[in-house]
Amino acid sequence: MHTIENMNKPFELACKRKLNIKQGFFLSLIRTLGFSGAITLFLILSFVFYNGFQVLSWEFITEPPIDAMTKGGIFPVIMGTILLTILCMVLVIPVGVITAIFLAEYSKPGVMLKSVMMSIYTLAGVPSVVFGLFGLGVFVVMLNFGTSLLAGSMTLAIMILPYIISTSEEALKAVPYSFKEASLACGATKWQTIWKVVLPTAMPGILTGAILGTAKVSGETAPIMFTAAAFFSPGVPRSVFEPVMALPYHIYVLATAGTHIEETRPIQYGTALVLIVIVLAMNLLGIILRLKQRKKRAW
Amino acid sequence: MVEEKNIFEIKNFNVWYGDFQAVKDVNLNISSNRITAIIGPSGCGKSTLLRAMNRMNDLITSSRTSGQMLFHNIDIYDKNTDVIELRRRVGMVFQKPNPFPSSVYENVAYGPKLRGIKKKSALDEIVEQALIKADLWKEVKDKLNDSGLSLSGGQMQRLCIARSLAQQPEVILFDEPTSALDPISTAHIENLLQELQKTVTIVIVTHNMQQAARISHYTAFMYLGELIEFGNTDTIFVNPANKLTEEYITGRFG
Amino acid sequence: MKWQTKERLVEISVSSIGLLSVIVLLLIGFFLFKEAFYIFYKEGVIRVIFGSQWYPTHEPPDFGMFPLIAGTIAVTLLTSIMAIPLGLGTAIYIAEVANHKVKEFLKPLIEMLASFPSVVLGFFGMVIIAPILSNWLSPILSEKLPEMLRNTNLPFISTTLADFCYDKLFIASGLNITTASLMLTVRAIPVIASIAEDALTAVPRTYREASYSLGADKWHTIWKVVIPASVSGLSVAVILGIGTIIGETMIVLMVAGGAAVVPHWIFDAARPMPAAIAAEMAEAPYKSLHYHALFGVGAILFLITFVLSMISDFISRKYRSVRIGEKV
Ligand SMILES: Nc1ncnc2c1ncn2[C@@H]1O[C@H](COP(=O)(O)OP(=O)(O)OP(=O)(O)O)[C@@H](O)[C@H]1O
Ligand SMILES: [Mg+2]
Repeated sequence: MHTIENMNKPFELACKRKLNIKQGFFLSLIRTLGFSGAITLFLILSFVFYNGFQVLSWEFITEPPIDAMTKGGIFPVIMGTILLTILCMVLVIPVGVITAIFLAEYSKPGVMLKSVMMSIYTLAGVPSVVFGLFGLGVFVVMLNFGTSLLAGSMTLAIMILPYIISTSEEALKAVPYSFKEASLACGATKWQTIWKVVLPTAMPGILTGAILGTAKVSGETAPIMFTAAAFFSPGVPRSVFEPVMALPYHIYVLATAGTHIEETRPIQYGTALVLIVIVLAMNLLGIILRLKQRKKRAW
Repeated sequence: MVEEKNIFEIKNFNVWYGDFQAVKDVNLNISSNRITAIIGPSGCGKSTLLRAMNRMNDLITSSRTSGQMLFHNIDIYDKNTDVIELRRRVGMVFQKPNPFPSSVYENVAYGPKLRGIKKKSALDEIVEQALIKADLWKEVKDKLNDSGLSLSGGQMQRLCIARSLAQQPEVILFDEPTSALDPISTAHIENLLQELQKTVTIVIVTHNMQQAARISHYTAFMYLGELIEFGNTDTIFVNPANKLTEEYITGRFG
Repeated sequence: MKWQTKERLVEISVSSIGLLSVIVLLLIGFFLFKEAFYIFYKEGVIRVIFGSQWYPTHEPPDFGMFPLIAGTIAVTLLTSIMAIPLGLGTAIYIAEVANHKVKEFLKPLIEMLASFPSVVLGFFGMVIIAPILSNWLSPILSEKLPEMLRNTNLPFISTTLADFCYDKLFIASGLNITTASLMLTVRAIPVIASIAEDALTAVPRTYREASYSLGADKWHTIWKVVIPASVSGLSVAVILGIGTIIGETMIVLMVAGGAAVVPHWIFDAARPMPAAIAAEMAEAPYKSLHYHALFGVGAILFLITFVLSMISDFISRKYRSVRIGEKV
């Protein structure tokens, strides 16, 4: 028989703790890797905050740009992003939630369910610039919305649809079966049960998903580049068929195009700061809401 | 029979999960080359005590111990004790058979490979010996490369025993090893335990009183974290000293 | 109306809206290929995909997409080298090594990094990383370092290696595929890490218990038990991470340098496919050859990510069936 190391040594002699160099090395390596993301986030955040704070002022966020955008504030830019995001969410939430209801409550195993799930999965992987192309071809040109708030919001809505569906589906599926049973046992129909019991119970989860979706939408540039974004517009659009300015696009344009790149650096930093604050605030809100729900979920 | 000595000495031993004390001031000796059974109602701390014997409770971050747990007169909770070497010598088999999702062969070879045995011929021999000892060789010798998860429940449990045996442990701790199995597989494993007991010390937690009576030499009865009574299995079952023990083994509570 | 009829109506409407995502996906595919068809028809598939000249605004124009495809391949490879180990390492750290508190802190952080606007990453690359590379790193690597090496007077080191540094480590512009890959890495880490973390967490606790009870240490348990048991989930993480890298637009648009030539070295500039679409679409007249060519690029991108989604879906399906087949 082949002997195992220390096999025949009495435990008294073999039990001294050994230095585990290999494990020590690899675990410290993993530890370092593990914090790489956090450190990068911290570095980029401090860069944006440090530079952005120096330009941030009340005027900066409430005044429109002046002097060919080399001075002034970014009020229309902020409004543009807010309008795009809100309209996008108004369009996507009903469709997303109903699709989730279909998946969670009505679907039966089969070709239809499979193709819906495959489509959602595939849509989630489509690059955002491809959504931009689609929006340009269909909403801007074919449906003749022009480069507009509406075309941009619809493009963003299609892009974020898979995310909204899957977070809503998760929220719906977390509703315990006993709740539904109780309602059905009272003589409620399936739809009444969904409408009166399942949806209200799942609502906090659905909203959390929507808020996190908002964070993603408001930072997107590629889908709105050729569908909604204007280089300059003097104020808040008067209709959904007008183009809008948007925070991410504003950063891109000021940082890469034109002859005032260096001159407008402060505005670029300020815009980046405002965008980051919006995105992070939405994210934090979503994360806190989710934690609260997890704690509260007594069932 | 091989002469018995105290391989484990447990002295004033306590285990907490956070603020909850699961094992209270337990004093117990485990004899080498014997089968010791731990019985008691659900939640009385049997698994906790068993898992403390090879420091598997280290994995539960909220758990904490005090008192002494001596293995060969060495306190295993001493900060200088090598927990890896301890677990090599004190193996464990769980309630739910838990083979790795790899082949039968790889499952058994896991431990020896861990100890640095690399030669194919050496591994082959260890795997074969361990499977023979676990009484599984005949059934799996033609499918050593099949997944361990493709075996039946009883076979999986014997595979887990073989996996532990491949490291030539001195003690194997069994936590309700047959509670997930059918009666025939259970009988098979009980026979196996009696065979193994000639070379390995066995500690077994069980809910099945007949099982304890059938196979063990010593029995410990626990209740609410305390060790109520410990002694020869025959004495405990025929003539228990404590009222609680009597009530439990006659099935009047729990 | 009878309640049965009502319920039936609801079911039909819910199901038809459920089908909307299928329709949208089909529409996107159909529309892209419809608009892309003309360029492939007019110029020939081989000439378009393998043509090495991308001069869409010249007279006559050239629509060889190979430089764009090569740009995408280059940044994807370079990014993968960094992002895959970092992303998987982060996941392993969070799932297996970190204690509860660190975990509760890092998980949301990774999620935040995942929705960090990529335009800000591009901006950061432009104003911080690019100047560091060209103004600071380049002089050190291509001037000071070769000089030092030459002074050693050792064979090979003072000649070949020194020349190599002098030639190859000179960074003409900070806007190149290395800078792009660095920022793309930041983009891809959270994607890979969060999916991989799910895969690792899904490994049953009993596997770990079995390993520890046999006297394996933590590293061995991770390496020999947890990772093999989750390898399909980890590959899905990697595939979807690569999909993110390929499709990411703003970073490559802002920091890859923009040159539509095949990059030969890590400090060369490139114009990956998404960057070409984003940069040129605004100027391409509607229904012009250029417009169709950009849709062609988009269609190729769509096809690539479609295939990646299919592969990862296939893997995760197979993986799930293994978990169900597990008897206990
Ligand atoms: N990880 C843990 N965290 C907190 N409390 C625990 C933990 N594991 C066990 N406990 C508690 O410790 C007590 C003893 O548990 P243990 O698992 O040892 O009981 P047992 O005797 O093995 O029961 P059973 O027969 O049901 O397996 C129980 O009250 C249980 O709730
Ligand atoms: Mg137990």
